[in-house]
Amino acid sequence: MNELVTCENLTKCFGNRPALSDLNFSLERGKIIGLLGPNGSGKTTLLKLINGLLVPTKGEVRIDGNLPGVETRKIISYLPDKMFLGNWMHVRDLIEYYADFFSDFDRSRATAMLESLQISPDDRLKTMSKGTKEKVQLILTMSRRASLYCLDEPIAGVDPAARDYILSTILNNYDENATILISTHLIADVENILDEVLFLRDGQLKLQASVEDIRTHQGTSVDALFREVFKC
Amino acid sequence: MAWNLDSGRPIYAQIIERVQLDIITGHYQPGDKLPSVRDLAAEASVNPNTMQKALSELERSGLIYSQRTSGRFITEDQELIRKMKSQLAAMQVRDFIRKMKQLGVTAQEMTQLISDIMREEET
Repeated sequence: MNELVTCENLTKCFGNRPALSDLNFSLERGKIIGLLGPNGSGKTTLLKLINGLLVPTKGEVRIDGNLPGVETRKIISYLPDKMFLGNWMHVRDLIEYYADFFSDFDRSRATAMLESLQISPDDRLKTMSKGTKEKVQLILTMSRRASLYCLDEPIAGVDPAARDYILSTILNNYDENATILISTHLIADVENILDEVLFLRDGQLKLQASVEDIRTHQGTSVDALFREVFKC
Repeated sequence: MAWNLDSGRPIYAQIIERVQLDIITGHYQPGDKLPSVRDLAAEASVNPNTMQKALSELERSGLIYSQRTSGRFITEDQELIRKMKSQLAAMQVRDFIRKMKQLGVTAQEMTQLISDIMREEET
């Protein structure tokens, strides 16, 4: 089975308002996929459903054949859109914390990345800038040897130089059978590393296509296509 | 440093051109071993699957060949490299002529301009 994630009629309503309606798609293994859409189009909701933080109103999502739960958490490494770690923690505590929680956590990988970004194990989250906090969270997330990485806006607050480093780290570290799902607005920065993109609009799947197909058939970059499709 | 890629054209096609150029300019010598797909992808900051596709395409054209266990190598067929070089040169010239025509420069003026400017460059 080459499909890692499958959604069937996946729907989530908040009150009467549908955040996602009737999504049907599947994601293959070994792909880097961009989850793109304007603000409020349902990107974060989708990632939360995949990670079992929300329960579908209708339909289902399966990861490696399982509904979200203990089994799927073992194989998904999730970077939420909000700070989720205790502000009082030091970097070294965080490494212990992750190593304790996740058996697939690779301590040496985390240490090497922290070192290249000059983040000391003695630093405390509380004293870090927004961008540095984001880097730490992303490093922890990418240091697991997971089958699926869900990254919700991973590089928004990070400077361009560190962004390049982070993208190359993603490329260097991910296992060829793993899939990375990245939600972001910084399309131009990530599109060269993407296989595929999903466009969401008002909770519906507008487009699922490979980046090379878009460039070949439309003759534009994904960034330009996005600006055209979602023109305000 | 990431490779400089245009935003509007397929990435794999641009990778192919880049590797062709690297072979012609001698950055890769005939018989050289290419870095792994993963290393090349990281160097270019592109998706490994895209790099894979570009390399397969180059393999099909014969410019590189793969040895099952030891990796990919640049062809030692000098004739093939020469042929590719003249193809690329012809493409550049056609492009140049098209642009000159847009400017309304005649064939005669073109050759005159070329020899004038070449003389200037030499001095």
